[in-house]
Amino acid sequence: MNIKGGMLAVLLGGATVVLVIIGTLSPVPAARAYAGGEGIMPSPTTPELAVRNLAGAIKARAWGRAYDSLGNKAEFSEEEFEHDITGYYPSLRTYATLDHFDVRPLRASDNDADIRLNIYWSTVVGVSSSSRDLHVVRNGDRWQADWPIVKKPMVPPQVIPVNYLRWDVIYPGPGDDWGAQSVEAPHVRIIDMHPVQRAEGVVILGELLNEDVVPAYVSVNATLLSKSQTPIASEGSFDKISHILLPKQVTPFLINFPDAQLSDVGSIRMTPFSTLVPASADPVIAIDNAHLNPAPNASLTGELINQSGQVVNVAHVLGTFYNNTGQVVWVADEYIDRALLPQTPAKFDIHIPEDLAHSISSERTVVSSYSSEGML
Amino acid sequence: MSHRRLIPADATSHSRIVGAVHSAILGAMLGAIFAAAQPAPAQSGNLTLPSSIEAGGAFSVTSSGSGKGTLYIVGLGQAIKREVQLGETTVFAAGTLYNAGNYQVILIGDGTDVTESLAVKPAAQPADVSFLAKPSRLPVRLQGGITGAVYVFDAYENLITAPLPVNFDLTGPAGGTQTRTVISRDGAAWAEMNSTDHQGNDKFVARIGNVSSARIIGQVPGDPCGLKMTASPNRGEVKLETAPIRDCSGNAVPDGTVVTFTEAYNGLESTVDVPIKRGIAEVEMPAHSGAVISVASGVVMGNQIRWERQ
Repeated sequence: MNIKGGMLAVLLGGATVVLVIIGTLSPVPAARAYAGGEGIMPSPTTPELAVRNLAGAIKARAWGRAYDSLGNKAEFSEEEFEHDITGYYPSLRTYATLDHFDVRPLRASDNDADIRLNIYWSTVVGVSSSSRDLHVVRNGDRWQADWPIVKKPMVPPQVIPVNYLRWDVIYPGPGDDWGAQSVEAPHVRIIDMHPVQRAEGVVILGELLNEDVVPAYVSVNATLLSKSQTPIASEGSFDKISHILLPKQVTPFLINFPDAQLSDVGSIRMTPFSTLVPASADPVIAIDNAHLNPAPNASLTGELINQSGQVVNVAHVLGTFYNNTGQVVWVADEYIDRALLPQTPAKFDIHIPEDLAHSISSERTVVSSYSSEGML
Repeated sequence: MSHRRLIPADATSHSRIVGAVHSAILGAMLGAIFAAAQPAPAQSGNLTLPSSIEAGGAFSVTSSGSGKGTLYIVGLGQAIKREVQLGETTVFAAGTLYNAGNYQVILIGDGTDVTESLAVKPAAQPADVSFLAKPSRLPVRLQGGITGAVYVFDAYENLITAPLPVNFDLTGPAGGTQTRTVISRDGAAWAEMNSTDHQGNDKFVARIGNVSSARIIGQVPGDPCGLKMTASPNRGEVKLETAPIRDCSGNAVPDGTVVTFTEAYNGLESTVDVPIKRGIAEVEMPAHSGAVISVASGVVMGNQIRWERQ
């Protein structure tokens, strides 16, 4: 028994050593790619392959390899190329990783082709997609992609006077004579609430108003109660709300109850929450050219314009959609994964469910912004 | 830059009220325990003492018989033990018993085992009030928007449960005073007041005899009233500017309040949320001929302007 066991151990050890040697001398392409090895991509003998190689290098964050593969690299530096992809200023994209990509040929000839590269980024707030149309040219037996670089927007030198409003809060400290005192929470009010049944479950839509004269951090929780008034489930609005509300500002909210059935619900208990927080009235972000695009591919598109002089690192756009009687029928959102530069438009595109598009007659858009005041 | 300090008005010691309630419950429990454990009638001797005293008042206990004994006075939060000479009077100085409630007075001596009860009642004279005023901040012209609740205590922080007249006075920023007089019941009294027309600070005072407590209530402007904007061309854009924004009582709506400008044109829409600065809200928007521009703040709509090419 001991001899057999010893032989098995020797065999297994030997096999492991042999496999390690084989894997080191002749790794599979995927392993080499993940290891960041050079020269691992197949030769770009087709336009699609050239673009796939480029996307693979971007995914591996092998900026030098990706830049070297470009046909138009003389037009910009490697650093500009990298920042065009990751952002010139800290933003969601800066900390995102390329999750996956796909390529779609648009046009092809013997010597050049147009390829659409759809990239899906994994960000801290979910998947964010971007698309670039690449012109690919033949160079001997190789194909090289031209990167459609978007250079850093240059804002004209100017002075933007900032006389912004800011609220500070003095909280009671430990041992303070105030004791049980505290500053009163801002008064907020739900001005609209509407449950709907969707395929994925029950969705509660509504709007919340800060009716106070101080800024508020807000959120909304909802509890579904059965017809016998026993709780079925409780959920919060999470990020489907603009959390910071200035005085008299209104935010939409959306609360998801996956797998719930509206027919089981007897009533709904809404619990708005507000607390006083320090806040600033700046930056002001305008929503320009907002447009409801009908089905198919219904969407709300427009542009954000940062009217302040500071960089906004993350912008969150929330669209509230109303029917012709003014009732909220849907709430949708989108994070802008690029920093908003002063006075520089940034497009947004919020998807609207196809089945609801026909009932939407108006919309209202609000923007939340987050600024770290840092730069790369 | 504008700084605002947000200072609340409501203040009270909840712990004292909670403590009083706990004391009452504890007293009842102790009473029940002692009643259940009360020994058989004393074999000899008895106790002479008042059936009730005022909290902190002096009192005396006289026993009969002879010899030495031990006198226990047990109640909520207090227990006193005295070696006494039977047949004599034992004097307890003022301030000895100060927690209101029911006490058991027990005399144990040679062949003597007597129990009597003694009620310690709150002093008649109020010495302190706990005053809860809510909210610390509210809009002007709100009927019954301010609530004041008072708990009345004696010098030893016993809740005075006897009815007492409590005056509530609310003096508004413009100087007018609202007054309510409420008779306390079971140690508490409360009243509702209206916020007045003017923004500023109210002084809210609760008074019982010579004892009073004051709180500050902030009255803030209400919703904008008669929101109106004007439009003028400005370097190829349209400059929108509101008139000074006031509520329906004429108070200036505070800076920082958000005003929403919306411009609808050719099926497109532009929106800007602008905070009020120096009493007005202003913004520049693209000039589109035929555009309909509207203004709103919260749930209040303002006027509309149709913009034609200038």
